[in-house]
Amino acid sequence: MNDVNRRVLPGFRLSLGYTLAYLGVLVLVPLVACFLKAATLPFDRFWAAVSTDRAVAAYELTVGASLVSAAINVVVGLLVAWVLVRYEFPMKRVVDSLVDLPFALPTAVAGLVYSSLYVQSGWLGRFLVPLGIQAAYSRLAIVLVLVFVGFPFVVRTLEPVLERIDADVEEAAACLGASRLQTVTRVIFPSLYPALVTGFALSFARALGEYGSVVFVSGNMPFKTEIAPVLIVARLEEFAYAEATAIAVVLLVISFAVLVVVNLLERWSKRVYA
Amino acid sequence: MSITVKQVSKSFGSFRALEHVSLEVAGGSLVALLGPSGSGKTTLLRIIAGLEVPDAGTVLYQDEDVTEAAVKDRNVGFVFQHYALFRHMTVFENVAFGLRVRRWPRKRVKERVGELLRLIQLDGLAGSYPSQLSGGQRQRVALARALAPEPKVLLLDEPFGALDAKVRQDLRQWLRRLHDEIHVTSVFVTHDQEEAFEVADRVVIMNHGHVEQTGTPREIFERPANPFVMDFLGNVNVFHGHVVRGRMKVGSFEVDYPAHPHDEPRPATAFVRSHELELLAKRNGRPSLEGKVVHVSPAGPVVRARVFAADFGVVLNVDVTRDRYAELGLEVGDTVYVAARDVRVYVQDYII
Repeated sequence: MNDVNRRVLPGFRLSLGYTLAYLGVLVLVPLVACFLKAATLPFDRFWAAVSTDRAVAAYELTVGASLVSAAINVVVGLLVAWVLVRYEFPMKRVVDSLVDLPFALPTAVAGLVYSSLYVQSGWLGRFLVPLGIQAAYSRLAIVLVLVFVGFPFVVRTLEPVLERIDADVEEAAACLGASRLQTVTRVIFPSLYPALVTGFALSFARALGEYGSVVFVSGNMPFKTEIAPVLIVARLEEFAYAEATAIAVVLLVISFAVLVVVNLLERWSKRVYA
Repeated sequence: MSITVKQVSKSFGSFRALEHVSLEVAGGSLVALLGPSGSGKTTLLRIIAGLEVPDAGTVLYQDEDVTEAAVKDRNVGFVFQHYALFRHMTVFENVAFGLRVRRWPRKRVKERVGELLRLIQLDGLAGSYPSQLSGGQRQRVALARALAPEPKVLLLDEPFGALDAKVRQDLRQWLRRLHDEIHVTSVFVTHDQEEAFEVADRVVIMNHGHVEQTGTPREIFERPANPFVMDFLGNVNVFHGHVVRGRMKVGSFEVDYPAHPHDEPRPATAFVRSHELELLAKRNGRPSLEGKVVHVSPAGPVVRARVFAADFGVVLNVDVTRDRYAELGLEVGDTVYVAARDVRVYVQDYII
C-alpha cells in the first residue's frame, strides 16, 4: 500500500517539529536545568533552603500580594473593559491604547515612577504620608505595582467576551420584566465569569513572577517587604546558587499549580457556559 | 388585549423607517407583519414592544396609552429571531427568569415552568443548556420563556427565520395550534408570505415605512390593493403598457379597462398570476400570445413552465396542472399559445 499523504495543509511534520524544538529550547531545557541544579542539593539541605523563615515569609508575601492585586484588577479591569466596549467617547482609542502600556513599559520604569511618586517628598506621597498611608517601600507599594503590571490581562480578556454579548439578550431580559440592575447582575455578569476567572489567573500568574518594578518600590526588607524573586537574587549575590535554584523550584511549582487550576476552571466554565 | 398603533413615525438618522403608520390588532388575534427587508415591519414590532420609542404617534394596549411606558413594565412576551436565550442558564432557568424577577414563590415557579415545558414538549430537557439544543428546540424554549409570565401580548420577530425549511414548516403549524389554545394577542414579523398566510388571521403588508394593505389572507390574495402588493405576493407576470379609451394595450394585446374611458393614454401595468395563464397547443380564437417553451420544471404539485414570447421579448411563467401537462405532452422547444384567464390592471404613478 502506498503511503499517501492525505493532509490538505502542507508541512505538518516540519512545522510541528519546529514548534516542538522551539518550545524545548525556550521552555523545557531551562526548566529541567533548574530542577537539576536544585537536585544537586541533598534533600535535607534543599528543605532547609526553601523552608527558612525568611523564605516562607517571602512566599507568603508573593502569593498574598499577587492574590490581592489580581482581585483588585478583576474589579477595575471589568469596569474599564465595560466602559471601553459599551460607551463611545472622544479619545476612546487613546484610552484603549493606554491600557496596553503596562505590557510595553519596562517594569523598572514603572517601579521608579511609583516609588518617586509615593515617597514622602513625592507628588502623591506628600499628601498620603501625613495621612499615614505609606505607599512607597511597603507592602501597599508592592500591591500597587502588581496591579499596574497585571491590569491589561483582565481588560484584554474581558473585552472580546463583552463585545460578544448580544443586545437582544439584554432586550429579552427587559421584556421579561428585569430591571437594568437585574439584567446586569443576572444575565451579563454570569456570562462573564469564565473570562473573569481567566483574567484573574493571568493577572495573578503575572504578579507571581514580577521582579523589576517591585525591587524599586518595596524596599526589600527581609520578613517585611521581600518577595520571593528578590530573595532569589539575594541568594545569588551570596553565591548560594543551589539555594537560589531551590527557591526558584518552589516558585515554579506554585506557578505550575496555578496554571493547572486555571485550566481546570476554564474547562469547567466552558462546559457550563459554552 | 387589543393593540392600537396611531400615526406612528420613526426615523434612524436620515432613514425614515416608519411614516404615519396606524394599525389595529384585535384582542386574541394572530397578525402577521409582512414586507421586504427595510419595510419597517421590525421597527413597528419593536415600537409595540417598547424596545424603540416612536418619534411621533401613540401605542395603546386596550385603552391604556403605553407609548412612554418602559419595556419591563409592559408585560409583553418577545421572541427574537436568534432566540436570545441566556446561555449560562438551563432551559428551566431560562423559562423561569421572568417569574423570578417578578418574585413569584418558588413552588409556583416550578409549576408554571413545568406546565410550559410540557406545552413546548421539552419537559425532558429542563436541565439542558441552550448550546445542547437544536435550533427548533431553542426557539420553542424562547417562546416558553416569553409566555411564562402570562404576557398581555406576544410579539415575534422573524421567529422562524433562522431555521431550516422542514423545521420552519413544523414550527409554524405548531405556533398556530398553540395560539388556538392560549389566545394571547400575537403579532409576528416575517418576510415569507407563505408563512404569513398560513399562520395569521390577518396580514399587514408593509413597504417603505407604510402599510400597503391589511386584510385576511384571502382578501389580500384575491384583491391585492395595489401593484406593490400584487408584485410582492409573487408568482406573477408583469406587463407594462398603457390604457386608453377603456382598453389596456400591451403591444398588440388588449383587455378591457372601463375605469379609464378617456382619450389621453396613461401608463399602466397588467399583472397575471402564473396559475391564471393557460397553455394551448393551437389558437382557439381567444386572444393569446405565441411563445416557445424554454424550461419545464415538472417536480411539484403543479408543473412550472417558462415560455418565451418573442413578440414581446418577455419570458412568461405559467403554472400548469399535472393533468394538463400530460395532455399537452409539453417539451422544451414546443411552440405554444398563452391565454390569460384573469388580468389585473393598475393605472399608475407607481413604479416597480
